[in-house]
Amino acid sequence: MSVRRLAAEQPASFAFTAENDAWADRQIAKYPEGRQASAVISLLWKAQEQCGGWLPEPAIRVVADRLGMPNIRVLEIATFYTMFNLEPVGRHFVQLCGTTPCMLRGANELKEVCQRKIGPERHVSADGALSWLEVECLGACANAPMVQINYDYFEDLSPEILEKILDDLAAGRPVKPGPQTGRQFSAPAGDLTSLTDPQIYEPRAAEAAVAAADEQPDLLQAGRPGAAVETPVDPVGIASAAQEKAVNGQHAGEKREEVARAAQESSPSVTGSKREAPKTGTGVRDPEA
Amino acid sequence: MLQDKDRIFTNLYGIHDWGLKGALARGNWDGTKGILEKGRDWIINEMKVSGLRGRGGAGFSTGLKWSFMPKQSDGRPHYLVVNADESEPGTCKDREIMRHDPHLLIEGCLIASFAMGAHAAYIYVRGEYVREREQLEAAVEQAYEAKLIGKDNVHGYPFDLYVHHGAGAYICGEETALLESLEGKKGMPRLKPPFPANMGLYGCPTTVNNVESIAVAPDILRRGAAWFAGIGRPNNVGTKLFGISGHVNTPCVVEDAMGTPFKELIERHGGGIRGGWDNLLAIIPGGASCPVIPADQCEDLIMDFDGTRAAKSSLGTAGILVMDKSTDIVRAIARISYFFKHESCGQCTPCREGTGWMWRVLNRMAEGRAQKREIDLLLEVTTQIEGHTICALGDAAAWPVQGLIRHFRHEIEKRIDQYAANPHSDPVHMPVAAE
Repeated sequence: MSVRRLAAEQPASFAFTAENDAWADRQIAKYPEGRQASAVISLLWKAQEQCGGWLPEPAIRVVADRLGMPNIRVLEIATFYTMFNLEPVGRHFVQLCGTTPCMLRGANELKEVCQRKIGPERHVSADGALSWLEVECLGACANAPMVQINYDYFEDLSPEILEKILDDLAAGRPVKPGPQTGRQFSAPAGDLTSLTDPQIYEPRAAEAAVAAADEQPDLLQAGRPGAAVETPVDPVGIASAAQEKAVNGQHAGEKREEVARAAQESSPSVTGSKREAPKTGTGVRDPEA
Repeated sequence: MLQDKDRIFTNLYGIHDWGLKGALARGNWDGTKGILEKGRDWIINEMKVSGLRGRGGAGFSTGLKWSFMPKQSDGRPHYLVVNADESEPGTCKDREIMRHDPHLLIEGCLIASFAMGAHAAYIYVRGEYVREREQLEAAVEQAYEAKLIGKDNVHGYPFDLYVHHGAGAYICGEETALLESLEGKKGMPRLKPPFPANMGLYGCPTTVNNVESIAVAPDILRRGAAWFAGIGRPNNVGTKLFGISGHVNTPCVVEDAMGTPFKELIERHGGGIRGGWDNLLAIIPGGASCPVIPADQCEDLIMDFDGTRAAKSSLGTAGILVMDKSTDIVRAIARISYFFKHESCGQCTPCREGTGWMWRVLNRMAEGRAQKREIDLLLEVTTQIEGHTICALGDAAAWPVQGLIRHFRHEIEKRIDQYAANPHSDPVHMPVAAE
């Protein structure tokens, strides 16, 4: 868990722009009647976007009113999810991934760059252009080390490249997101090691193969792995599940699914079709319902 | 080695058009109507026979999971929820599917929903993947326009697909926490039972599947279960996206056969270990929650569920993290502990307090500022966290520490000796119980 508090200084009020208001309606429409609470993350996110990257307290109340939720329920969402910034950030908000895969490839050096160029963590630079924060894994480990600046990922960084990106951003020059070494997304640098056969991209060849297969069913097996005709003895992994059970004492998935099935068969009340939908839309397990 | 024609994700690197036109040219949405016409039972049975095991880490049979959904609706709608909250350190495979092969996922959603009697599906994308989500939303829009999905579509099965997103919480990758989050609450895992197949999203029968499990389904059904079951070893079949990160020459995401030896995978796709094979220290085979495997066991390591289990680890999501001899292994694991401390939802005491405690002790051990008896104490604490929490985050936090002590105890002891041999005057930092 991390400690998260609302900022000391808050604006007096907040209101969605007309455009964002219409957008919010479209988000709420994605969920069933009475389940508008599901849109809370999207709406808070939009409010944060409208406020320049951070979420002031009045916005939390506006979202709560909009969705018919108690204020405290929305406040706890805003403090639970770490992507809601509860204090102002720079126009270009740098989130630096510091988790092990990036750390192994030099995230600590990138941290030094941020400290030197921007200042301490969470500190907004004097011109309001930059601020930075170390965050947990951003899910681009094959392109480590990387940072996220606003909505874009900047990958395969080195201290020099990051320094240049930060300079460009501060000066208002355009920057190019994605891998910074000219790499094709997450493909290995240099020559491709897979997906090099041009045949798989020729629709005609594929159609011809299908036509031929229709005539001679045996051809279906042609070119496929030799073992393809032999279905494994235990394709769904019952044996290995049993082995897992032996190692771990129990196989959680197996136990879970079994109990689920038993509960479903023996107890119609568990499936609870008679239950009325809660009026607030905060869901069935709401202790206040 | 897996041949290109057996690969499912043919636009993994985004070289070709990700849009509907390109997807159709690559064979997506080919014969989908024919698959649906074969019926629910056929699809579920075919998925079972294919031997596909869930690609989100737990490795539970996907076909079996689908079969747990009630056959007849009792009046409540059924839901499919796709778990695209990919946040496990080392894992970055679903991202490539969402941004470069989104139509495979959308087609899979339609087929899986049909097989489970669901007319609506939600894809829960992690908040940080903004661009990936935009691309996926655009692809969904294309599918609606082409009437491939929607209330009135060419497949004759009313189906709506919605893209939902989170806001940066690893715990929302746990299926019940994900459902809570989708309902507009804090992502705190639920006690089970009732299970999602009975009481999931909005109290309705729900199945939660990983992106990759859903995205490979159309190709399995198109090409036949025997094709998929014929790749790899029994129990561990099919193709798999591997993420290779850390100290290799060319980190990448690649689709290869299950059961490919680790060495082959690294040499062929990862360009070899940085500084040569002998420079390998250890690997984490499937995302941060899996215990480390030291170099001496990597020589013959088979990358599949059983192969990694034989090395007392787990395949997880197959996001391989390679560490060479320059790595400070204690610090690397301490950083993983920090990750779990940061991501614990705070619901269960053993996890909320234990993850922070383990991180603080490991941090001291990384410097050597510890007693040797604390190593056993730490090991014991991990066993008190493991299995004593509502969800598996407690287990996931405990396993890497257990793996470290199992294989690198000597490293920790060496540091303690070094520290003790060089007395420092700095004050001992007393850890606080919670922060």
